[in-house]
Amino acid sequence: MEGLLSLAVKAVFVENLALSFFLGMCTFIAVSKKISTALGLGISVMLVQAITVPTNNLLLTYLLAPGALAWAGFPNVDLTFLGLICYIGVIAAMVQILEMVLDKFFPPLYNALGVFLPLITVNCAILGGSLFMVERDYNIAEATTYGLSSGFGWALAITAMAGVREKLKYSDIPDGLQGLGITFITAGLMALAFMSFSGVKL
Amino acid sequence: MAQTKRDLLIDPLVDNNPITLQVLGICSALAVTSSLQVAFVMALAVTSVTAFSSMFISVLRNQIPGSIRIIVQMVIIASLVIIVDQVLKAYAYDVSKTLSVFVGLIITNCIVMGRAEAFAMKNTPIDSFIDGAGNGIGYGALLLVVGFIRELFGAGSLFGITILPTVNNGGWYVPNGMLLLPPSAFFIIGLLIWAVRAWKPEQVEEREYKIQVVEGH
Repeated sequence: MEGLLSLAVKAVFVENLALSFFLGMCTFIAVSKKISTALGLGISVMLVQAITVPTNNLLLTYLLAPGALAWAGFPNVDLTFLGLICYIGVIAAMVQILEMVLDKFFPPLYNALGVFLPLITVNCAILGGSLFMVERDYNIAEATTYGLSSGFGWALAITAMAGVREKLKYSDIPDGLQGLGITFITAGLMALAFMSFSGVKL
Repeated sequence: MAQTKRDLLIDPLVDNNPITLQVLGICSALAVTSSLQVAFVMALAVTSVTAFSSMFISVLRNQIPGSIRIIVQMVIIASLVIIVDQVLKAYAYDVSKTLSVFVGLIITNCIVMGRAEAFAMKNTPIDSFIDGAGNGIGYGALLLVVGFIRELFGAGSLFGITILPTVNNGGWYVPNGMLLLPPSAFFIIGLLIWAVRAWKPEQVEEREYKIQVVEGH
């Protein structure tokens, strides 16, 4: 339990997907103009991340890893090179399913999140989460925790960023830095702030 | 389309750079720019994936049904990335270890998808190949500039060869350690955008609010 808790804290603050690995930057920069949309996107990312990371973990353990096909009578098969294409397939399928489920059972939520869901398929944070899970050999419990907390970390970062940008648009910025330039520098300052968590251990 | 093939290749370098103007593909790239060698490999990988995926998608563009085109594009891109990944693992294992997950993340690099969707679906294979290569190079060029600054001033070397002897090794240069940390990439890109826009003022974004001087105050 303690291991999982420390993993969660690490994924939210120390190894924040957006601010220390630069994942999901395109959406992070493009959709952080208003707090409400940023929050909606953040929640969708968290949801998708919490579903796809464990699913990809199961896929890896029972289909792709060396010797994983032993149950089907192929103990010598190693399909890890197919990993990338499978993970992205799972992500695209999960996003589609999530969209349909939300549409059917939770229409208000669908209306709020609907526009963001297709964007999420090509959000690097999602694929990145799955790839980190593979690289670090997480088991299913760790994968679930990691998915949920790294998604939360991303949501936290984009919401904070939107908060800063809402105030920032009233300020007097040099012409060349207007828009994109100042956003990058703000993100850099936020990343510096998040680095101060790097000594935190539970 | 009055664009010549040369324009297709040159245009994305400065005038329509994928990073500074289109805000595409920043995702996976910034973390790999702390050394020039890694940035170079990454630039090469992205350029080849963008060029070939644009070409293949363009070849298939009349066969792909509109409703499932994203998935088809995804599969083509993912297959190419797998090839790149395998080649890197075979011939440049150390670099592939440093790049770790970022090779895989080329799949979700918006430049690749963006060019496939915006250009390759409407143009001939050869034009698409050149356009893909141009965008890949425009992206790679920015990556190399950032990598150059970060490695030179952060570690005093280029491609691992010492240029500025650091104090730790008995030289005179005190390295700026912050340049090796992730946040510095944001600052460098931000300042680069400023530089590009100072040079090409037509790229400057409109202000949402103007500060007005009120008479009599």
